[in-house]
Amino acid sequence: MNGGEFALAATLAVPAAGAAVVALVPARADRAGRLLGTAFAAVGFVVSLLLYIGSRGWSTPRPAQAGVSAVQPWHELDLTWVPGLDLRFHLGVDGLSYPLVVLTTLLTLLCCAYTVWRTPGARPGRALVALLLVIEVGILGTFLALDLVLFFVFFEVVLLPMYAVIAGWGGDGSGAGDSRPHRAAARKFALYTLFGSVLLLVGVFTVISAAGTADIVALTGGAGMSRPVQLAAFVLLAVAFAVKSPLWPLHTWLPDAHTQAPTVGSVILAGVLLKMGTYGLIRVAVGVAPEGARWAAPVLGVLAVAAIIIGSLVCLAQVELKRLIAYSSVGHMGFVLLGIATLTATGIQAALIGNIAHGVITGLLFFLAGAVKDRFHTGALDALGGLRERMPFLSGLLGYAAIASLGLPGLAGFWGEAFAVVAALRRGGPLWTTLAVLAALGGALTAAYFLRLLRRVTHGPASPVVTAADCRGIAGVEAVAWAPLVVLALAVGLVPALVLGLAGAPVQALVEVVR
Amino acid sequence: MTQAVDSLALLPAYLAAGTAVLVLLADLFVARRGATLAVAIVGSLLTAVAAGAAATQPARATFCTGMPAPDAVEVPPDCSYVADGRAALVAVLFALLTAAVLALSAPALRVASVPAGEYCFLLACSMTGGVVLGAAGDLITLIVALETLTLPLYVLVGLRRRAVASAEAAVTFFVVSVVATAVTLLGAALLYAANGAVHLDLLHAASATESPGMARLSRVAVVLLLVGLAFKVAAVPLHAWAPTTYDGAPLPVAAYLSTASKLGGVVAILYVVVDGLWPWAEVSGVALAILAVLTMTVGNVVALRQTRTVRLLAWSSVAQAGYILAPLGAAATAAGRTNDARTMAVAAAVAYTIFYVVLELAAFAALVALRPAGADGGSIAEYRGAARRHPWVGAALVLALIGLAGLPPGLAGLFAKVAVVRSLVGGGAGWLAVLVALNAVVGLAYYVRVSAVLYAPTTGEHATPARVRVPWPVAVALGGATLVALVVGFAPQFVLDAALR
Repeated sequence: MNGGEFALAATLAVPAAGAAVVALVPARADRAGRLLGTAFAAVGFVVSLLLYIGSRGWSTPRPAQAGVSAVQPWHELDLTWVPGLDLRFHLGVDGLSYPLVVLTTLLTLLCCAYTVWRTPGARPGRALVALLLVIEVGILGTFLALDLVLFFVFFEVVLLPMYAVIAGWGGDGSGAGDSRPHRAAARKFALYTLFGSVLLLVGVFTVISAAGTADIVALTGGAGMSRPVQLAAFVLLAVAFAVKSPLWPLHTWLPDAHTQAPTVGSVILAGVLLKMGTYGLIRVAVGVAPEGARWAAPVLGVLAVAAIIIGSLVCLAQVELKRLIAYSSVGHMGFVLLGIATLTATGIQAALIGNIAHGVITGLLFFLAGAVKDRFHTGALDALGGLRERMPFLSGLLGYAAIASLGLPGLAGFWGEAFAVVAALRRGGPLWTTLAVLAALGGALTAAYFLRLLRRVTHGPASPVVTAADCRGIAGVEAVAWAPLVVLALAVGLVPALVLGLAGAPVQALVEVVR
Repeated sequence: MTQAVDSLALLPAYLAAGTAVLVLLADLFVARRGATLAVAIVGSLLTAVAAGAAATQPARATFCTGMPAPDAVEVPPDCSYVADGRAALVAVLFALLTAAVLALSAPALRVASVPAGEYCFLLACSMTGGVVLGAAGDLITLIVALETLTLPLYVLVGLRRRAVASAEAAVTFFVVSVVATAVTLLGAALLYAANGAVHLDLLHAASATESPGMARLSRVAVVLLLVGLAFKVAAVPLHAWAPTTYDGAPLPVAAYLSTASKLGGVVAILYVVVDGLWPWAEVSGVALAILAVLTMTVGNVVALRQTRTVRLLAWSSVAQAGYILAPLGAAATAAGRTNDARTMAVAAAVAYTIFYVVLELAAFAALVALRPAGADGGSIAEYRGAARRHPWVGAALVLALIGLAGLPPGLAGLFAKVAVVRSLVGGGAGWLAVLVALNAVVGLAYYVRVSAVLYAPTTGEHATPARVRVPWPVAVALGGATLVALVVGFAPQFVLDAALR
């Protein structure tokens, strides 16, 4: 086993081992268990950084050659697992997946560290840390898998731990009662996303039985599958990923789940879990069934723009902080999906950077919303107000994150949204031009609702709730958890090549085979 | 004509029947519950070992009517008893299930809620039926073996002392099952009338020469035979006995009904449909596809509303039977009748059955461990917070339930679903695959509800019962089943290889 293979295996093994160890820690050592879990998450983060060694760096895109697959991972690990089910333990990392891998390990580390400081509700914090690590394994596995069945297995791994996080630590944190909204939200999340992933299963085997292989490297480009098979496969896969992303009108699980989840749950959910859907759409649905993708692209584009417009309009009417941020995700993911739907290099790169930017910024927004709710015990916009008078630093950060999210040039949110619109315009034709114009309008609406949010929460006279609350300053751990995200939002905004440098070559290769 | 009897081929069946006799003797002369139970468990384990050893040997057969080809080294044709690899697999499964169920019965026997001698004897008899069933080569052996498997269960279900529900359950089960057997026999008789054969391989060959009129008769016979066998796996619309019977029976017997008895039905259907009646696969495929769709949908939807634990598991096991039958339903289309598709469908059905049996056994073992000795399954609300009092047992139960739902961390169940969907898509029955997939979503709703109750905090109205110690035989059975579920979860290739025998 060479270094690259070892690093790939370790990327998954470290959090998995961490989850097992933390789960075995006895109840009296709860804090030690949380610290231990954070240590494992930190090691996992370091390992994921080490994965970079061996990459071809920020080289210029190479032209795709005949006979060479469009997927060229710089590290690969390929082991036999279950030949009877076409399942190989085939992992690999390339420019499409690497930024998401690092984002995942980083957010998990921040969430674990945050949990050391503060555990929601009465339940043991070490169990929450163990679940976060299991979720990390599932997400990383999804990003790294180069075998369709393995991809599906990891896709499923995430489901129940996330359910447990929402149901166990969600809501007001008391964790009591059956009929509480957080349990309903958790159930809705689990059933909705399982609905998506069972269709993924059927789609995966539609592809495998037609192409005779489950290897994503070999399958990318269609592998000579007939048009009807590709159409059927793309529809199944796209619906599966659309539920996860989520694409309007399959998004209704998302606001409830986000609102009810504990802060760390929301951060992981918005930060990286949704990306499994968009990543899957790029890597699996578009890559494996390009004919289907070309055929369905206009529909995807229309739905994506509908998501942008509707998400923004709904946000304008929201009265709850976390719910507003949750709905803003629908709009942002709409931009990502619009980028993918254009099937151009610009569009897919916009989608990739949009993914990362949304993960960083929305993760930060949920951390901040959690901080606000911790201090004032409410997220109602009516009750909040004048935050900047009592907590200038927190409201400053909230303003920064909101402005980053609405896509101010110079911050991370700008690139994804602007270039999704540019890509749609470049596609030309009446449909795509209209979509581009509408998406741009949606961008303006995004600005409108975030400014409304800031006006209601940070400006104006201090509301009674804000005046009465005990406004302790920002704890050290909070600052530690937020700082990397604040820095990244600026860094990715100023140097988008941080993400796109690696992605350039694989995106170019993918677009070649799709064309 | 005298026939040579190959006793070596019959060894597992001898051992199983011998166990039953020894149990009776032990009960008579030693008259101690522990000894009776130990004899039964050791006997069933020996049966498993013998059957396992037989699997490593070349196939043997006995009670044959056909003449072997002069230079043949294989088994002669037209045999009533074929001890090949798959017979060994079925026998091992039955013997191990019986041993596990016997271990689960230890607490019930200790508090004498059921009489030990009769109980162990009847279970051993039932096991004998299962062992013979795996080797059945003709319809008569098959039906007699299946009845030997089922008959003792009528009594076992009603064996709980002073329980009206138990007697009701036994009567329901008895009446329904007798009707089912009559229908099966009618089907077999019609097949004989049309084709003049009862041996599965002869039936397979006879289809080529039948006249159109006889072909119609055969099709009717096939449907009747399937309907009768569908009772045994509790397939909708012939399922109504299952919830009442499971809920009224002692918990270990309910475990046996939902694992071994269902396994018997699946084995019978597989042998009949694939070995004997494959020429009629067009008919049986449509019938099985309809049965499968109805079974999984009705089972899952009704399970959503259940409040009693065993009833919920009963309805869920109805739904699971639907998933097991679904791959065979792919034979309804031409693409599903190719040899490749057939192999894949059979392997998927067998693999799913094995995964299911292991997980279901683990679930019932955990229920037995969580309940007081000799108690029934109780209502779901009584399990509130159980996983907090018994973290290990609770974790095992959740693992089993999630596995039945087909999701990680219950990887065994996940791969079971994957195998079924793979064979359906490969067999050109994508629509059936989508239905299976959607049913899995409905299934998750109730499995996750029970799992959540296990971890829910206890409130005042359900006062925390005292922590019961788990008796060691139950702990061994539970640990064993969970361990097997984990191992086959990470290495499902074992099961898939076994299923291809």
